Amino acid sequence: MRTWIEKQKYLIDFTLSSLARRKVKNLGLLFLYTVIVFLLASVMLFTQALRREAAASLAGAPDVIVQRMVAGRHDLISPDYIGKLGNLRGVRKTESRLWGYYYDPIERANYTVMVPGSAGQEGVSTGRVAVGQEIARRLGLTLNGKILLTAYSGESRSFDIARFLPLESELLTADLLLMSEEDFRSFFGYPAGQYTDIALTVVNPQEVHNIAGKIANRLPDSRVILREEILRTYDSIFNWREGVVLALLSGAVIAFAIFALEKASGLSADEKREIGILKAIGWETGDVIRMKFWEGALISLTAFFLGYTAAYLHVFRFAAALFEPVLKGWSTLYPQFELVPTLDGFELATLFFFTVFPYALATIVPIWRAAVTDPDSVMRGSL
Amino acid sequence: MIAVRLGSRLARRSHRALAFLTAIVGLFLLTFADAAWLRNCRAPGARAQAELAKRLGLTDLCLFTEARYTRHLSQADWHSAFQEYPGAFEHFPSGSLVSPTEPAKRHANLD
Amino acid sequence: MIELAGVRKAFNQGRPNEFWALNGIDLNLAPQQATVFFGPSGSGKTTLLTIVGCLARPTAGRVRLNGQDISGLPERFLTGLRRRTFGFIFQQFNLVRGLSATENVMLPAYPLGGDWRELKERAETLLDSLKLSHRRTARVEWLSGGEQQRVAIARALVNDPEVLIADEPTANLDTALSNEFLGILETLAGEGRSLLLTSHDPLVVESSVVRRVVALRDGRIVGDR
Repeated sequence: MRTWIEKQKYLIDFTLSSLARRKVKNLGLLFLYTVIVFLLASVMLFTQALRREAAASLAGAPDVIVQRMVAGRHDLISPDYIGKLGNLRGVRKTESRLWGYYYDPIERANYTVMVPGSAGQEGVSTGRVAVGQEIARRLGLTLNGKILLTAYSGESRSFDIARFLPLESELLTADLLLMSEEDFRSFFGYPAGQYTDIALTVVNPQEVHNIAGKIANRLPDSRVILREEILRTYDSIFNWREGVVLALLSGAVIAFAIFALEKASGLSADEKREIGILKAIGWETGDVIRMKFWEGALISLTAFFLGYTAAYLHVFRFAAALFEPVLKGWSTLYPQFELVPTLDGFELATLFFFTVFPYALATIVPIWRAAVTDPDSVMRGSL
Repeated sequence: MIAVRLGSRLARRSHRALAFLTAIVGLFLLTFADAAWLRNCRAPGARAQAELAKRLGLTDLCLFTEARYTRHLSQADWHSAFQEYPGAFEHFPSGSLVSPTEPAKRHANLD
Repeated sequence: MIELAGVRKAFNQGRPNEFWALNGIDLNLAPQQATVFFGPSGSGKTTLLTIVGCLARPTAGRVRLNGQDISGLPERFLTGLRRRTFGFIFQQFNLVRGLSATENVMLPAYPLGGDWRELKERAETLLDSLKLSHRRTARVEWLSGGEQQRVAIARALVNDPEVLIADEPTANLDTALSNEFLGILETLAGEGRSLLLTSHDPLVVESSVVRRVVALRDGRIVGDR
């Protein structure tokens, strides 16, 4: 056993000398390889974490939401609409909601404005609002300071900042502004008695499809959204089939293919000569192959461990900063990510399998033919 | 004394390489420790977030605030081309990052 | 020690450029002797060397090493045997570029998996005995021709072989270096090693070290002194 270990160490000695001969090229290769692993691992970790976060946070979303449509667009919910909904069996609570969007032309940002179900609990009252962290950051707001909003009528209204929404909830509330019903209706000119949509809480979650069916019957112009749809939306976010992710994955696959092909396409004259010498001085075919395998293994293992570690730090300690320009797109607001790391052994193993094995094997392919060189070929000078 | 011994051990190339590999594997394993630690730290915050979301009845993550149908992916109406600007087919990058939601089965819908 | 019976060697067999390098060699090489294979290029002396040194297998005929028939041995055994018994010095030296002199000397012993420090010491001792101590950490491509040859000699000796084989050792050396080389050979012969050389250099053929000269022509032995 000890001999076997020593022997592998000798083979590694030689393969490192071999690599050191083209130091710049091989370091460059290692760097690129690491970068690719880094990108793939970052996407993998980020996606996993975001999906888990979504599933956890949105588990408490309303069971059923009823929207009203007119000619394919959202319309307001009128009092008679609620009347038509009436009392449905299996519905524990019906809540009419008020929420909408406000466009800030100076910041060129969209805020989501909402009237909370229990205003008092949120610290919101007439003239006083609660504001999300990102809005506060961009406008430089302070507690008990003021925020100025301009209505469609042209009239500007200022509100006092009662409270900032918590930092930990930024992923959901970064752009949120909570105000009282009175303020909402007067600022937006929302007609009295009308609402944005209706949220229902059902008694038995299994019955939710039946209830949705009944609603659709009673209110044919309604659109019903179930919580499971909400969760499903975020379950497949950053799916590999989606544009940007697919582009990244394709790029990575192609890069790996290029690395592997470059290795597998044959040896340089130098390398062939080297193998000939090794055979001549007493190395067996198996030794040569093992030595080359170590070359591939060392590079791919180093790239994998470094790449993954860097990706982990990037996503969880640096809030996936490199993805910001991509994710931000044309938005002006962007939440600060404080994701919770989750461990998925399967995905990690998949990443390992796809990044380490192909390259390690690719280094052996061209060697096969060369390694069975006759040991006397060096002497005959037929290399 | 140990430094001298270590120095002589590292004279050999394979020892240097294996030492380096061990170091980075160590860092790799440390990330799992860090992950466990972070989970602990951020768990209360995550719980608070879930509670707040439930209280306010929030339905979407605040990821893409460009347009109302990217901000509230699950609430957006489906006949939504040209909602914001006549020339804008897609809101980059959200259009290329999120797949359209499949509607829940077994109830009538308006699309 | 080494017996060849009816040995023939062909290259590119079955193809239009088929070529018989050896056409029936019967030879008995005694141990602890210095033998030279002498002849013009194309006479098959290098091929003969590869067969004797287990670098290649004969197309026909038998090779016996210390009584054991080795012509039919599988590669692994042949390689192991070769490692233990023979040390090679190639005409072009064939050192691995990018490695130091010491590393090059250690190379043939790598597959054996022995203690590294011991091996390193052995290599350095060998280089020292060849007066190359001061160049032991230098990369081989920076060494002069004579120095490179001495590294090649040290490499051939690292596994302490019975037989040392050298192919045209003085072909790339001037007279002074050639004589130096012959001096080294003398020392090695004195240690009880067998020496096998190919050469068409009269300096080698007529030196006092050489005990036997086997002349070759067109793959056959034509003279034996």
